[in-house]
Amino acid sequence: MKKKIGFGKALLYTILVLYAIITLIPFLWALSSSFKTLEEIVSGSINFIPKNFTLDNYKQIFVEQALFPRWLLNSVFIAVTVTALNLIFNSMAGYALARLRFPGKNTLFMIILAVLMIPAQVTMIPNYLILKQLGWLNTYQGMIVPAMINATFIFMMRQFFINFPKELEEAAALDGLSRIGTFFRIVLPLARPALAAQAIFVFMGSWNDFMRPLIILSDPQLFTLPLGLNSFKGQYISYWNYIMAASMVFTLPVLVIYAFFNRYFIKGISFTGGK
Amino acid sequence: MRKVFSKKALREAGSGYLLMSPALFVLLLFIIGPILFAIYLAFHKVQFLGTTSFEFVGLDNFKRMLDDTRAKIALWNTVKYVAIVVPAQTILALVLAATLNAGLKGQKFFRIVYFLPTLTSSAVLTLIFMWMYNQNGLINHVLKFFGLPTYNWLGDPSVALNAIMIMNIWSTAPYFMVIYLAALQDIPDSLYEAAELDGANAWQKFWYITVPNLKPVTSFVVIMGLIGTFQLFDQSYIFSQGSGGPNNSTLTVVLLIYQYAFKSLGTMGYAAALAFALAIIILIATILQRKFSKEESLY
Repeated sequence: MKKKIGFGKALLYTILVLYAIITLIPFLWALSSSFKTLEEIVSGSINFIPKNFTLDNYKQIFVEQALFPRWLLNSVFIAVTVTALNLIFNSMAGYALARLRFPGKNTLFMIILAVLMIPAQVTMIPNYLILKQLGWLNTYQGMIVPAMINATFIFMMRQFFINFPKELEEAAALDGLSRIGTFFRIVLPLARPALAAQAIFVFMGSWNDFMRPLIILSDPQLFTLPLGLNSFKGQYISYWNYIMAASMVFTLPVLVIYAFFNRYFIKGISFTGGK
Repeated sequence: MRKVFSKKALREAGSGYLLMSPALFVLLLFIIGPILFAIYLAFHKVQFLGTTSFEFVGLDNFKRMLDDTRAKIALWNTVKYVAIVVPAQTILALVLAATLNAGLKGQKFFRIVYFLPTLTSSAVLTLIFMWMYNQNGLINHVLKFFGLPTYNWLGDPSVALNAIMIMNIWSTAPYFMVIYLAALQDIPDSLYEAAELDGANAWQKFWYITVPNLKPVTSFVVIMGLIGTFQLFDQSYIFSQGSGGPNNSTLTVVLLIYQYAFKSLGTMGYAAALAFALAIIILIATILQRKFSKEESLY
């Protein structure tokens, strides 16, 4: 009996370790390639430790493509703004739908649920025409304004506020605070766990988004990182040492964030996972 | 009394609309407006000759799909992709979650490692995999080492889509694994203890307790998977530089919509019609999945 348990455990560990290797290899391979010389890349050798370790690729990408820092700045600015606006606006809408009475509320809620079902491709083309009409193609606002709310997270915030204890708000009302004052000063600060989960997902979504910038931005000055990386690859097609170095530079910030906040990532997924 | 009440109600309604106003603005201008506009576009030919012109063409855009070979190829590629990736990523996610949940040491470490692909942008992942898929690259070297046949992953139409499938199963399974992990916490230990008393082995416990208890979550995971896989775009765009090649083998429905909308002239209305067709296909797939999983649960 005891032996059998030992065998089962060994099997489970084997699966875990094997899959960890499968997960890590692409990242390690990319990392190692980013420290190799072009010569070694071209030779097709498969050693993970570079023969001639070099940091040149990391220097060189900023020389070859002067716009990299600009793309980084664009990505940070857009992702941070979109995240901040989503946190405020989704919570406001979620709170109104959960707590306040106003005509048309149920219809609005149904519309938001229905919108969740519509794939983005349907609205992508008309959105392009609308942004074109507004003169918002190739602008930050064209990237930010259409993305500043999110039906999924309005729904999530509504569920969160419905389960929120009412007593605090009633006390605030007795103290003469308005509904909006109550929301901003009492309710929102207490919604931090839900906001943290939401912030991570909105930020990641914006940071990694490829399709929206591809459609809206054609001016290289305004590119975000994923788009810039793709165009960089087009220019330096066989310089995989450069491409991997650039990929690593732009993955690192996310990994650092993840190292500190991985607790919230897991929580956030269970949140959105209909729980 | 009534008057006071209605004044309060009025103020509450005012606050409600005020809190809703940013969401309403975006909803109207960038979601509901565009949906109506998309319906209009689907029945028109759109042309940019100095100004944008719309010419009513009735059902032409929808009829055109029937004769469009590339649309058929794109649909076939997408269906193939969905049919393989959704079951594979769901099973992989379930197995990984169950293994992680077995109460072994180092569980947290493995969970953090497994989650890495989910964080990385699709652009970066696709570039890393393209580098590994290189003819003289890592994957072919590994295959050769095990005495398996090697492929021209990026250039051979018969394997290019498989290359994307492997990459995306690898990168999305961990996301669903985390959803499964959360659900596993809710299965009462007493069920497993009772099964143990009845002499069930580890596999029997997994198959007769874990899997049935996770059914609602599996349904959710499959629906999310269907919606996600039908919309495959980033990876095939980067893989093929937007062309869907080699020989249309990585052409997906969304990539085709993108090409018709933004890369060729006078076909934007047709692209809008294709987008509606895709929305309807996704809706039907979701409904079928619901029905299927409900019928199953009768047994």
